[in-house]
Order: sequence, then C-alpha cells, then structure tokens
Amino acid sequence: MSMSSLLDQKAIVLKMAAKNSTEVIERLGGILRELGCVADDFVEATLAREAEMPTGLPLGGEVNAAIPHVDLEYVKRPALALATLKEPVDFQNMVDPSEAVPTQLVIMLALDQPKSQVEMLQEVAGVLQRPDVVDRLMGASTADEVFAILDSPQ
Amino acid sequence: MADKIVVISCGTAVATSTVVARAIEEACKEAGISVTTRQCKAAEVRQMAQGADLIVTTTPIPSDIGVPVIQGLSFLTGVGKDETLKQIVEALSD
Repeated sequence: MSMSSLLDQKAIVLKMAAKNSTEVIERLGGILRELGCVADDFVEATLAREAEMPTGLPLGGEVNAAIPHVDLEYVKRPALALATLKEPVDFQNMVDPSEAVPTQLVIMLALDQPKSQVEMLQEVAGVLQRPDVVDRLMGASTADEVFAILDSPQ
Repeated sequence: MADKIVVISCGTAVATSTVVARAIEEACKEAGISVTTRQCKAAEVRQMAQGADLIVTTTPIPSDIGVPVIQGLSFLTGVGKDETLKQIVEALSD
C-alpha cells in the first residue's frame, strides 16, 4: 500500500494560502470527510489532538512538515491528505510543544490499521527525510506532479 | 539471554511509534541485539515501562519513571538518526 494509493486527487491542495494550522487541518479534514474517509467529528478530534500533542517536525532545512492525525476510531477508510503552503504557518514541535515550527508541508494521516500500514508510514518518513523530494513537492502545481514525485523510484 | 524490552511512546500509538518501532527492531537486529518493542500512548507509558530496559519517545513524557529515555524524533525526520541509533544500541548493550 503506497502513499499515492491512499491519496485522492481531491485531497491534494497545493500552494494553499492559510492563516494558521487550524485552517489547514479544517480544510484537509473537510475534504477527507466529504470523501467519506473519516467521521464527522474527525476535524474536531484532530484539532484537539494537535493542541495537546502537536505534530510539527523540524526537518533541518528551509521547509518543515507536520503530520496531523488522531485515533483510529474516527477513521472510516484509510486515506492521506497533502497540502503545500504558500507561506509557512506555525505548528508546534512534537517533542517540545512550546516551540513553534514554521511549516509548509502538511501530510494528514487517516489510518485505521497502523501495523499493516507500516510500509506506508515508512514511505511518509522517507519523504520527510529526503530534502530533494520535499523540494520537488513544494514546487508541484498539479496533483499529477505530486503522484509522479511520490511514485518515482527512490 | 532474554530480549531487551523497548517501549515506544508517541501521541496516539498509531503512526509515529509504528515507524520508530520498526526502525529500532531493524537496527537492533543488525547490531545483534535481541529486542521486543511495545508501543503505547504517552499517557500509558508509566504502566507499560514496568520492567522495560529503555523508552524511546516522540512526545514529552514524565522524567521520573526510572527507565532511561531517548527521544526518537530523528526516526521520523532523519535529522540525527545515526546518533540516536548509536545511543539506543549503547543503552541496550550493557
């Protein structure tokens, strides 16, 4: 199960203009809800979780990422949503919630079987660990480009 | 010799701990260390850490549990991963 197999074209929002992390989570979560992948209270639960246990990840370069997600009970069908942001917004650091991480790449994870989806999770970690892939994602302007980047041989 | 027990803690025990557990299992195998991993949420870590040799966490946890704690964010971001692996192998190799 690869990242692109869980990414609906509609769940890719590129060069999004967002004022804050709440807006990004609401927008991506809203799309997943419309696609029937998550429960009605998924967005609320994800925002609550993000406030308590944030998912900002400093990647050491210009672009940082966040991986908002929440308990399995809110997920109907596994899916990902991906956004690149025109301007960075702050997510808080996963290991130090008091630290703000200016974020431009957000990958929302709606997973219901983490143990069988571990390869896909490793793929996400793989993307985060490759600055060249992150750069290419930031430069993409269409969903097709994103699929091509994710599916190209690593 | 009994397996070393490593507790992997994250926010929801869904995504982050899965990646970290897998990375640690593979690294320990390569280092010849027999290890069993337990995944848990940060809220459960005090309980789950009873009898464990090491805790690797990606979210803040209490510091008075009595088991050594190593921060595992580098398994997600790649930043400082080799260093973290070294620390883990050292901590389990006594």
